[in-house]
Amino acid sequence: MVAGIPILWLLVLFLIPFLIVFRISLSEVRLAIPPYTPLFTWHNGSPLLQLHWSSYAFLFTDSLYVSSYLYSLKVAAVSTLCCLLIGYPMAYAIARAAPASRSVLLMLIVLPFWTSFLLRVYAWIGLLKNNGVVNNVLLWLGVIHHPLVLLQTDFAVYIGIVYSYLPFMILPLYANLEKHDGALLEAAADLGARPMRAFLRITLPQSIAGILAGSLLVFIPAVGEYVIPTLLGRPDQLMIGRVLSDEFFENRDWPVASAVAILVLLLLVIPIMWFQRLERRELEAK
Amino acid sequence: MSSRGLFSRCALILGLVFLYLPILSMIIFSFNNSRLVTVWDAAHSPTLKWYVALAGNEPVLRAAWLSIRIALVASTGAVILGTLAGVALARFGAFRGRLLLAGMTTAPIVMPEVITGLSLLLLFVALQQLIGWPHGVGAVTITLSHITFCMAYVTVVVQSRLAGMDVSLEEAAMDLGARPGRVFVRITLPLILPAIASGWLLAFTLSWDDLVITQFVAGPASSTLPMVIFSKVRFGVTPDINALATILVSIVATGIAASTVWMRYQQRRRERDVLLAAAANL
Repeated sequence: MVAGIPILWLLVLFLIPFLIVFRISLSEVRLAIPPYTPLFTWHNGSPLLQLHWSSYAFLFTDSLYVSSYLYSLKVAAVSTLCCLLIGYPMAYAIARAAPASRSVLLMLIVLPFWTSFLLRVYAWIGLLKNNGVVNNVLLWLGVIHHPLVLLQTDFAVYIGIVYSYLPFMILPLYANLEKHDGALLEAAADLGARPMRAFLRITLPQSIAGILAGSLLVFIPAVGEYVIPTLLGRPDQLMIGRVLSDEFFENRDWPVASAVAILVLLLLVIPIMWFQRLERRELEAK
Repeated sequence: MSSRGLFSRCALILGLVFLYLPILSMIIFSFNNSRLVTVWDAAHSPTLKWYVALAGNEPVLRAAWLSIRIALVASTGAVILGTLAGVALARFGAFRGRLLLAGMTTAPIVMPEVITGLSLLLLFVALQQLIGWPHGVGAVTITLSHITFCMAYVTVVVQSRLAGMDVSLEEAAMDLGARPGRVFVRITLPLILPAIASGWLLAFTLSWDDLVITQFVAGPASSTLPMVIFSKVRFGVTPDINALATILVSIVATGIAASTVWMRYQQRRRERDVLLAAAANL
């Protein structure tokens, strides 16, 4: 009973929907309600199964889709790396802070997360615009003489993703780093290891699980990110989440939108399962 | 202090500046008189006119009210389902369907929202054809979708709280003859209540904030607040949105501050009780 209700709920509202997406990706678009062909048709009294792979074939013939896929992967990978480079020292500093100030620092990291994600992305439009705050400050300082084009660039998308996902990188890293035993580092120092060497040989290898969990937590959703590239990104290079949404809402092509979703899922299924394994280990190790 | 400590501290301070600067600039410019959001009109600022404009903005207020109602129902539903799932995963050992449940509760957390949204809408369309329900999309389908992705977060919060908790109290109650249902209500539930409360808050925030999944499963008459904001900001920056953001940030900051003070107070009371109990035993 206790396990049955949530299992049933998730089967109906999480797992079965993916099967429906897969089934519709094998249909063809048509002008009707629903706007796709049925999988089974009756032919002389016997059911006839009709699978159309045309939506998938279409995705590989038009270069728009392939380039969106690759672009999404690149954006997600670069953003994850930036999150790691910024988030690791921050998590490290919090883990080494006095216990009393740790909870305050953690709260400061999490607080923006409780305010609207959409509004935090929107704030960057005001900062990055041609006559925005960043350009005004740089002009005033005399660093630049003409406003820089910052909005609707790859740079703006990276900023937006790093800004929104940074807490997701810091929290698992902190949870990992906080458990480290300081005695190991002291022992290394006593044995003459410089701080950098001690960090590379002791702290870094021990924090691999945290690095992986944080990176997957940023990378997987970033691949399908929709809001950030739509508000801050280039109009000429779409990410795959936007392509999916446009196929569905603008072109009303449900089979192609479903095929895009299935291909993104195929791409992400290994990272997702990897994340689940890390998560299970983390929850069961306690 | 070592150079490494100095470096990581500087990184922390810069990182926090990075996290708070955009929010701060939004708050400052919400008091700006100029329609050009980013040019400070020193002669006529600060002003509250965008707040006044917001108070009279019927679509925004209607959307906010709808979002609150959806978030209240969705977070409560998510807490019930998520607690059941969390208890099952943390306490039931190896039951049939365990791996399935564990997988289905962690996947929604990282699943790109466009995929979840699309699949939920296609489910509702298929259900309508099959059994004639739901009648079109709207507040009901939004709420069902929100419960589904929010319960994953509640499950993780409850499960990790239970995983870090000693089972001996529950076992003692069972040894004394309490039935499982009674053990849950009298022992487990009070112990995980803080986790349930923070799970509820988390679910409320996620539901209140969600745009992408909602856009898929919403109908023409059911615009939530994020949908209204998105359609406004897609066509440029508008100062009344800054005012709205400032109000939301103040509510959240007040809530967090209040809950921190409350938790400190509880902590002190517990410590005092322990001291008193120790003194009484002397």
